[in-house]
Amino acid sequence: MLNRKRKRESGDIDGSSLADIAFLLLIFFLVVTTIDVDTGIGLVLPPIPDDIEPPPVRERNLMNILVNERGMVLINEQPAAVAAVRERVKEFIDNNGVNPDLSESPDDAIVSIKTDRRTPYNIYIDMLDEVMGAYAELRHTASMDRFGVPFSSLEQGSERRAEIQEMYPKKISIAEPDQG
Amino acid sequence: MSKFKKKQANTKQGVPTSAMPDVVFMLLIFFMVTTVLREVELQVQIDYAVAENIEKIEQKRLVSYIYIGPERLGANRLGETRVQIDDALVDDINAIRNIMYDKLMEQPRLIVSLRVDRDSEFGVITDVQQELRQAGTLRINYSTRRQI
Repeated sequence: MLNRKRKRESGDIDGSSLADIAFLLLIFFLVVTTIDVDTGIGLVLPPIPDDIEPPPVRERNLMNILVNERGMVLINEQPAAVAAVRERVKEFIDNNGVNPDLSESPDDAIVSIKTDRRTPYNIYIDMLDEVMGAYAELRHTASMDRFGVPFSSLEQGSERRAEIQEMYPKKISIAEPDQG
Repeated sequence: MSKFKKKQANTKQGVPTSAMPDVVFMLLIFFMVTTVLREVELQVQIDYAVAENIEKIEQKRLVSYIYIGPERLGANRLGETRVQIDDALVDDINAIRNIMYDKLMEQPRLIVSLRVDRDSEFGVITDVQQELRQAGTLRINYSTRRQI
């Protein structure tokens, strides 16, 4: 009989290179990672009208914001500062029929934003942001009054959230710019 | 012999490294989970606008992106503002409605995310929005970074 002289090798796998492999993978993922921006301002566009006349809107319920290419603002034909837009919008929405020039109720209030064709995108976004901010603040206040918690902490799709959203529906219209 | 022998710590010096692979694996798994491999090759330059009142898109599979910005011409030169959907630049702006309509048929709850360069003129965006209205994809989202 041939005697096997070789000693049986131990069955363990050498684990010391595990860390190296893990590091290599780690570095690969570090390099290829792009943390994506998936945040933004949501909006719903109006559908194309099918030759139906849009329902008439009383003038007091409509707030016209006009922005030109240099970021100058007209609110209802009156010049205004960008920083003042938020307060003006809040006042307009939350009027509840007190001032005869402002909206009858938050439900009726429509904010219309109109820009030039040459207005830079970031000016438009700033303006939209201000209007969104006005709605956010109003909703926050309503939520604090009613439930004692900030609006942002109300759960997505919950009844309470829907109630506040119903109180201050976002009615924002993006008007088509004039040629120019 | 001195009476007051200095007490010497008996412990070995050196940090134990046996837990290192665990730590590395944890990091690795974190990055693997958060990684989004770039799906499209961007042919336009996009510098996002910033805004304060933004929301997060929760359902990423509903989202389809439209990129609008100055075309990259190589050698750091930028060209005209162009529209890119998926991997290709759109030459005819009226083609958008068909592209988006097809996407809408596949995913009825489609959200269109507009990734627009901050210096683009609003006219182009309006044209795209008109096309989106024609296609019936009404839920849109302007991609913006959070204001810091």
